[in-house]
Amino acid sequence: MKRTNKKFAPVLLTAAFAIGLVACGGDDGDSSSSSEAAGTEAPATEAPSSEAPSEGPVVVDCAPEEGPLKAAWVYVGPTNDGGWTQAHDEGRQAVQEHFGDAVETTYKENVPEGPEVAQALEDLIADGNTVIFGTSFGFQDAFVEVAAKHPDVCFEFATGYLTSDNMAQFYGAAEDTDYLAGMAAGAASATGNLGYLASFPIPEVVRGANAWTMGARAMNPEATVKVVWLNTWFDPAKEKQAAEALIAEGVDVLGQKGVDSPATGDAALAATGVLWTGYNTDQSANYPSVWLTATTYHWDVYEIPRIQQVLDGTWTSGNYYGSLADGFVTLAPYGESVSAETRAAIDARLEELKATPGSQFTGPIKDNQGNEVLAEGVTHTFDELMSMAYLVEGINGEIPAS
Amino acid sequence: MNSNIFVIIISSAIFYGTPLFYAALGGILTERSGVLNLGVEGTMLIGGVSGAWACLHIGGSAWFTVTMSILVGALAGGLVSTLLAFLCITLKTNQTVAGLAITIFAGAVGLSSYFANIWKVAKTPVPRPIRTMDVFGLADTPVLGPILFRQTSLTYVSWLLAIVATVYLFRTRVGLQLRAVGESPQTADAMGISVIRYRYIHTILGGALAGIGGVFYSLAIVPTWVDGMTKGAGWIAIALVIFGFWRPSLTLLGAYLFGALQSLSSTLKARGVDISGDILDALPFIMTIVVLVLVSSRFAHRRLGAPAALGVPYEREER
Repeated sequence: MKRTNKKFAPVLLTAAFAIGLVACGGDDGDSSSSSEAAGTEAPATEAPSSEAPSEGPVVVDCAPEEGPLKAAWVYVGPTNDGGWTQAHDEGRQAVQEHFGDAVETTYKENVPEGPEVAQALEDLIADGNTVIFGTSFGFQDAFVEVAAKHPDVCFEFATGYLTSDNMAQFYGAAEDTDYLAGMAAGAASATGNLGYLASFPIPEVVRGANAWTMGARAMNPEATVKVVWLNTWFDPAKEKQAAEALIAEGVDVLGQKGVDSPATGDAALAATGVLWTGYNTDQSANYPSVWLTATTYHWDVYEIPRIQQVLDGTWTSGNYYGSLADGFVTLAPYGESVSAETRAAIDARLEELKATPGSQFTGPIKDNQGNEVLAEGVTHTFDELMSMAYLVEGINGEIPAS
Repeated sequence: MNSNIFVIIISSAIFYGTPLFYAALGGILTERSGVLNLGVEGTMLIGGVSGAWACLHIGGSAWFTVTMSILVGALAGGLVSTLLAFLCITLKTNQTVAGLAITIFAGAVGLSSYFANIWKVAKTPVPRPIRTMDVFGLADTPVLGPILFRQTSLTYVSWLLAIVATVYLFRTRVGLQLRAVGESPQTADAMGISVIRYRYIHTILGGALAGIGGVFYSLAIVPTWVDGMTKGAGWIAIALVIFGFWRPSLTLLGAYLFGALQSLSSTLKARGVDISGDILDALPFIMTIVVLVLVSSRFAHRRLGAPAALGVPYEREER
């Protein structure tokens, strides 16, 4: 009988492995995880103020003594994931193109959020890279650790909250473009019955769902939004199933945040009369008949000036939050279903949000339990935005306990 | 009537269970010959990316393009499994290690992503996706319409394959010999059956079916190639082989049960039913663990049909 057990060992091992693999799968597919988790632990703005030395920021000289500046990007996913990592890599390519021979860029993809990160960083530093960009929240601890060991290397971290003399943070106001996308969704809906696919119930995604809903209700005050929490950053089949389930419930416009595979668009395409606002990727050319618009990020807007500062010898740590004004976040091209009237309304609102980011979160705002969150004329502070934990009126559903 | 929650869940379960069944059916054939294929996940991804490439490049009528894409995906899956067969059967390496190596080598971080890069198939929706059909115009029949008559061509073919595979395994001479190879290769060899040939053929066939499962993801579910899009389906398929006791019919039901659990989660969430999403999402995996614990008992192992020589390389001299 021992034979039997022995033979089964690999099967069980496999199963255990398989389950483990699937269970951790949430992290490897998409890095947005990182990002969005940013706000959960500490509001982004607090970090620098609490740690900034009183004598002002320290200039870090991380330019090489001779030869081109070597800059590296560390990605959690593959460069053609069609979403988060791809957008980051397009930023890297833009940097390379902008600086030509003066800068030599490289990247490491599919770096798991674990002990491999510090090793990858040490390898990159040993190769002579003196500016390193991190693009996944789970990399943060390793970045902090390695940054402390290498004070002459500049570290740039997207979507985290910890800074030091040689480690800066950067991200941007997607809630503004999410709001504008929501306006397109609300205006396009014939029934006022909208659906939203959300990854995890953390502040950034909650903020996106709220902004999108408020945008939709700005165009159609009767609109309601059904939210499905997917509990994944990347799972195309699951995204499609959720989209189909929402369509079966009668929604005629779908939106999404955190998850960004084109499966949602295909669900809209396969149904009739369903429209879609995407996330992170411009799919206007691929899904013209169902496409409305989407939030897109332009990482190079931040990265090019920062590299220039390194070359100029003026780089200091900081905490950047981009906006519509500097083009860090933009609205993807409109689809054919967005009427001229709607475009005009969105464009007008876009100018306002450009001038005052986050101003859509101005009272009166009620949560979906009927409680007043913001009184007339009061606007959320940045810290409140970064730790948002309520759903606005108009959303059917609640934030699941985590 | 057809927006009834059960109709939605069952029809969706069949759709999303289809790729799981293809991969699991491949697993049955491979394991029945005594070879354990843990490379299913990677094989599916290679099939998926190859199928997407074919769909983007092969012209002709829609039916021709789709059929060719499926065949290309099957061929690619078969090629990957040929490598596994060579490692496991000819070189007699540890099958667990070889299978894991195949998944790592071919999977989300490996060859499938590399092909997607050089073939430039990522981000471009396939021009001829596999859509659900309206069979005999009955798709809108109450209850049965969406469940039986609004599925994809690959789903109908999979039903046919379930029958064919059952007959093949349990009613034909070749099937009997295959099972002999998996149960007792020494005996089979003594009877004049070529153990090596049977194992090679069924490992490759299994890989081809996993490749078709992958094509279902890139042509029917998304339908655009996205790196790592199977997201663990290959591992569920391996569990399904055990879940179905190495029998095609039970595995088909198992695949639909898994599909139903996933669909139940989405549907209940979309309806705003107040159930923890975490629990719903974990159900398929909890079920996998329960099943594996149950069938790994000695009793279950003997009674439920695990091939006795599963995972053991065949050495002619060994007794």
